[in-house]
Amino acid sequence: MQDELSLKKKAEEALKKSAVYGEDFNLDDYEIASKGTKITKDLTSLSAEDQKTLLNVGIVPNEENRSGTFVMLNNAVSHTSVKQDDAVELMSIQDALKRYDWVKDYSWKLVKPDADKYTATTYLQNADGYFIRAPAGKKSTMPVQTCLLIGSKDVSQTVHNIIVVEEGAQLDVITGCSTKTGVEKGLHLGISEIYVKKGATLNFTMIHNWAEQIGVRPRTVVHVEEDGTYINNYVSLKPVRSIQTYPTVLLEGKGAFTRLNSIGVAHPGSELDLGSKVIFNAPDTKAELISRTITTGGKVIARGEMIGNANGVKGHLECHGLVLSSEGTQRAIPILEANVEDIELSHEAAVGRIAREQIEYLMARGLTEEEAVGMIVRGFLDVGIQGIPDELKASIDETIAKIGEKAL
Amino acid sequence: MLEIQNLTVEIGGRRILNGINLNVEAGFKNVLFGPNGAGKSALLMTLMGFTGYKVVTGKIIFKGEDITNMSVYERAQMGLGIMTQRPPNMSGVKLRSLLDVISKNGSNYIELAETLDMVRFLDRDVNVGFSGGEIKRSELLQLSIQNPDMVLLDEPESGVDLVSIEQLGSTIKNLLTGGSKCAGKRRRHGKSALIITHTGQVLDYVDADRGFILCNGRVMCSGNPREMLDDIKTKGYVECVKCKMNYL
Ligand SMILES: Nc1ncnc2c1ncn2[C@@H]1O[C@H](COP(=O)(O)OP(=O)(O)OP(=O)(O)O)[C@@H](O)[C@H]1O
Ligand SMILES: [Mg+2]
Repeated sequence: MQDELSLKKKAEEALKKSAVYGEDFNLDDYEIASKGTKITKDLTSLSAEDQKTLLNVGIVPNEENRSGTFVMLNNAVSHTSVKQDDAVELMSIQDALKRYDWVKDYSWKLVKPDADKYTATTYLQNADGYFIRAPAGKKSTMPVQTCLLIGSKDVSQTVHNIIVVEEGAQLDVITGCSTKTGVEKGLHLGISEIYVKKGATLNFTMIHNWAEQIGVRPRTVVHVEEDGTYINNYVSLKPVRSIQTYPTVLLEGKGAFTRLNSIGVAHPGSELDLGSKVIFNAPDTKAELISRTITTGGKVIARGEMIGNANGVKGHLECHGLVLSSEGTQRAIPILEANVEDIELSHEAAVGRIAREQIEYLMARGLTEEEAVGMIVRGFLDVGIQGIPDELKASIDETIAKIGEKAL
Repeated sequence: MLEIQNLTVEIGGRRILNGINLNVEAGFKNVLFGPNGAGKSALLMTLMGFTGYKVVTGKIIFKGEDITNMSVYERAQMGLGIMTQRPPNMSGVKLRSLLDVISKNGSNYIELAETLDMVRFLDRDVNVGFSGGEIKRSELLQLSIQNPDMVLLDEPESGVDLVSIEQLGSTIKNLLTGGSKCAGKRRRHGKSALIITHTGQVLDYVDADRGFILCNGRVMCSGNPREMLDDIKTKGYVECVKCKMNYL
């Protein structure tokens, strides 16, 4: 209790605390999104337009090949369903806190409420979100899909998620974030606390599909135990006002591994500040960070950070940025830090335009310049993300085709 | 088919080709010899229209049209195709997806990929980590599927092992002749080609019509390609330069 009170006090004090990076949004400019909504039992009963919005971020309304589905509209849970209930448990955080006494030990433990104004307001609003648990030793064959949707204009959405993959379990999660058609301005604040226990594997894919005046401030920390594996795929290809994210993976057990793939396109008017941080706190831990970003006129800041605090650590950071317009900016900021002797951390960063030679190589084979650029861009962004539905692939292809046209 | 008229080319302000005159008649397979650094590759790259090869004077006429200022794409559309000496690494572009696009014309690449032992490369990034011989096979596979009317080959046999050369040679032969054995038909229906070679090995597979020797960015002479090769093998290019000097 004492704890909670002091946390609350700290959070209140942090309400005016700007984040270290990114445009400083004024929380008062946005109405707090509604905590009430009607429950949608069957997602296929939604309008065709809403279903398309879901599909475009990898959420399949008919829930085919999904072990569970969770949808949050504004600040309220509008749908929860589980098909593979032996392998995954899925409910809202508020329900989970009521059901299990131990969930509080996982709540606001990795992300500090007073980190900045965004975490503070999310904490103080007692935000809802999803709770996913993969019980020890269980391997779900299909991913859980979760969707965080802003459905009203000029609101701020606050979300708090917890994922626990217990010992030896395996789980795939796809999280799609989007706005309903017509919602142009808004703020999305999303706290995610992820626990990968001993020998467990989590494959986490996040697709962002925002609108031109949306500010996005995810705050994610992942805790990986011995021999655990955490794979993160992050994709944001559509226009947005500002995304600033710096997910941090703590490799806390011997032999833990993480791979973080980030793919982003900054359109004119967009600012993508995409970071990834790995802290190696246990021996023989490994990490691969891959960032592939494109600017067609917006600003990209690709941060990659690896901090080695234990022996036998290996990490590689690859940060490639394509500039397809002279209006755009690409800034790559790799940071490597070794605090013990037996450490191998390396990075490879490159920003610039597509080599003329590559475009002409394809043109010599009969491709138009547009087709050539499209093919190179597609290859550039393809980091081999598994398990995304065909609809999303088609939508990605469409975006890439447009980028190919714009690049000329 | 192809007429190169008084072509002078600069790379980065440096003159690389100097007043080149050279023709390839329809159905002819002509060969380009010359020492390292002579400008052979530069000539082929210029013909295809790659950036960096600046035509200072002269013209390139292809199928009766002046293509000197056309884009690479337009030249390819007109039926010009090339196997370059050093193609770029195409990170992210899978050989399969490239072939899928090239074969829009309906040709099937799987069979030829098998013949050239390239099936296991289909899902790899084009040229990335390919060995010298693998690059040649991959280039030839793409070019055969593209099936251009006039083929520019830059040392197609270099770096290819003795076993693969047979595959490669006969694939080139098929590409150039369309399988037709009759010399008269070949002349009328076969493709035109301009082929760079040092060893002349490719001549075992291609019925070459004319040879040219390029030295210091100039065409020194032309003649029977086999006789020229024999001469080069015995006397080298030194004679060539002397000969040209006598000429002048
Ligand atoms: N991009 C470039 N920048 C500067 N010089 C170049 C460039 N490309 C070619 N050259 C020069 O132009 C000359 C001709 O080169 P080219 O590649 O055409 O020779 P080549 O006859 O094909 O030789 P090889 O038999 O060795 O392949 C060489 O001296 C080369 O160094
Ligand atoms: Mg050469």
